[in-house]
Amino acid sequence: MSDKLLKVNIQKELKEFDLDVNFELKKRHLGILGPSGCGKSMTLKSIAGIVDPDKGVVSLTTDEEHVYFDSNKKINLKPQKRNVGYLFQNYALFPNMTVEENIAVGLSKGHDEKTVSEMIKRFHLEGLEKRYPRQLSGGQQQRVALARILAYNPDVILLDEPFSAMDTFLKEQLRIELVNSLKDFDGFSILVTHNRDEAFQFCDELIVLDEGKIIAKGDTHEVFENPRKVQVARLTGCKNISKVEIIDDYHIKSLDWGVIFEVSEKIAPNITHIGIRAHDFSPAEKDDVNAFDTVNSTLLEMPFEWEITLANGLWWKMDKQIHDHEFVIPDYLKIDPKNIILLEE
Amino acid sequence: MTDWSPIFISMKTASLSIFITFFIGLIVAWGIVKTKNDSVKIVLDGIFTLPLVLPPTVVGFFLLYVFGVRGPIGSFFIDFFAIKIAFSWPATVIAAVVMSFPLMYRSARGAFEQVDSNLLDAGRTLGMSEWKIFWKVLFANALPGIISGGILAYARGLGEFGATAMLAGNIAGQTRTLPMAVYSEVAAGNMGEAFNYVLVIVVIAFFVIFIMDYVTIRKEKQWK
Repeated sequence: MSDKLLKVNIQKELKEFDLDVNFELKKRHLGILGPSGCGKSMTLKSIAGIVDPDKGVVSLTTDEEHVYFDSNKKINLKPQKRNVGYLFQNYALFPNMTVEENIAVGLSKGHDEKTVSEMIKRFHLEGLEKRYPRQLSGGQQQRVALARILAYNPDVILLDEPFSAMDTFLKEQLRIELVNSLKDFDGFSILVTHNRDEAFQFCDELIVLDEGKIIAKGDTHEVFENPRKVQVARLTGCKNISKVEIIDDYHIKSLDWGVIFEVSEKIAPNITHIGIRAHDFSPAEKDDVNAFDTVNSTLLEMPFEWEITLANGLWWKMDKQIHDHEFVIPDYLKIDPKNIILLEE
Repeated sequence: MTDWSPIFISMKTASLSIFITFFIGLIVAWGIVKTKNDSVKIVLDGIFTLPLVLPPTVVGFFLLYVFGVRGPIGSFFIDFFAIKIAFSWPATVIAAVVMSFPLMYRSARGAFEQVDSNLLDAGRTLGMSEWKIFWKVLFANALPGIISGGILAYARGLGEFGATAMLAGNIAGQTRTLPMAVYSEVAAGNMGEAFNYVLVIVVIAFFVIFIMDYVTIRKEKQWK
């Protein structure tokens, strides 16, 4: 696995913005996180060859280099020749074919029987061979779609928002199934999503995309812990973001909440915002560092969380047990200086 | 004594013309669906739909202009093959094809556009050839719509009157189709003879629609 490399460098002019994505993938699972319409799917479709970029290079190095697309050398392999599996949002199973026929569809004639029965077994589809996709549950459909892709033995699997059209319960179940199914897969996978939990769960590496440009790139944990940019912080789930005025090297005034905070890291001049995660507050005394009062807060009870909105707009979330129904908001809250995320626009 | 030749002529004409219309309609519909340039699409769609909107006699007028003895195609066939197209049996087929084509084309196009384009892309990423994708994915999933287009086109071809009269005329035993025969008998005051022809047309039309509907419903049920 270590010597494989997927290179993607594509530019394409779109109606609302220009797509310009450039990355190299060495680790197995990449996530692309971004709001809807940011160019995520377009990127995947360009890798698969369903959409042609205007310029750039897409290549995969395994034992040798396979160039899928190169605008300078006028190379543009058909999707049929790229050996890239694509899991569509709606799975795109052929409604006129049975489970077996769907799985066998991309195979050459000689290999059918054995590969298909192996896949049926591996994805626990025994007994469903003769069913049509409409007669299957959502989870079974996902398994058939994955079996169909893996039967074809691709080098890269592209997952295009596979859970976005599902209810919460099914979603969580299928996520686990998908993680398990891809465990044995010895190639690259790229998951496109607007959901930070999915990105966090699946991916070794993460790219954050906004209006066709990469605004963050790196190890998934690193991107979540240190988002650096306002949009990245928002997409990785930071609830409190405010414009700021720098006071001195370690003090900053939030313009939206009217509070002065001390931070642990020296403030660079390009910092324009700060972010505070809703879980990072804790009860405090009046004179503590970064403490502020909680007069006129509103309290909202959720099954497993208290949600407290302070008068100045800050949002605090506090874990609770399902049978807890009483909560007294402390008079003062504080935020640890190291939990204040410094951001630039 | 009723002359049965219009029945045979009509059956021959309708069968051959639906065969031609069906395939040309499919191919043209596929071509239009694949066309990315919108203005080209609109212009071509307009041309292909025109026979449906124009009065049949006007279409017949244009056909006569093209296939007539002095028309570009008509004179070509006379000069090189010594075949006269206008006012012969092939003319009834040409008229039926042109008049029924828009129904086949529009139904097939609508049915193609209903098929989820992800299915086609899925086929491509799975290595299926374009030919296999066309037949096994696009055609197979559009089949109910295509069949109903076929029914309409067949019925249109069977009932074609105006353009046939202009291009093929009303020659007994050669170009006199059932609708022509009905008209001729009524014009001559033979209501009884006309009634026989009418009855045959109604029976054929009903039978064809019944068969094709049956096939469509069975296909759809199988997938659900």
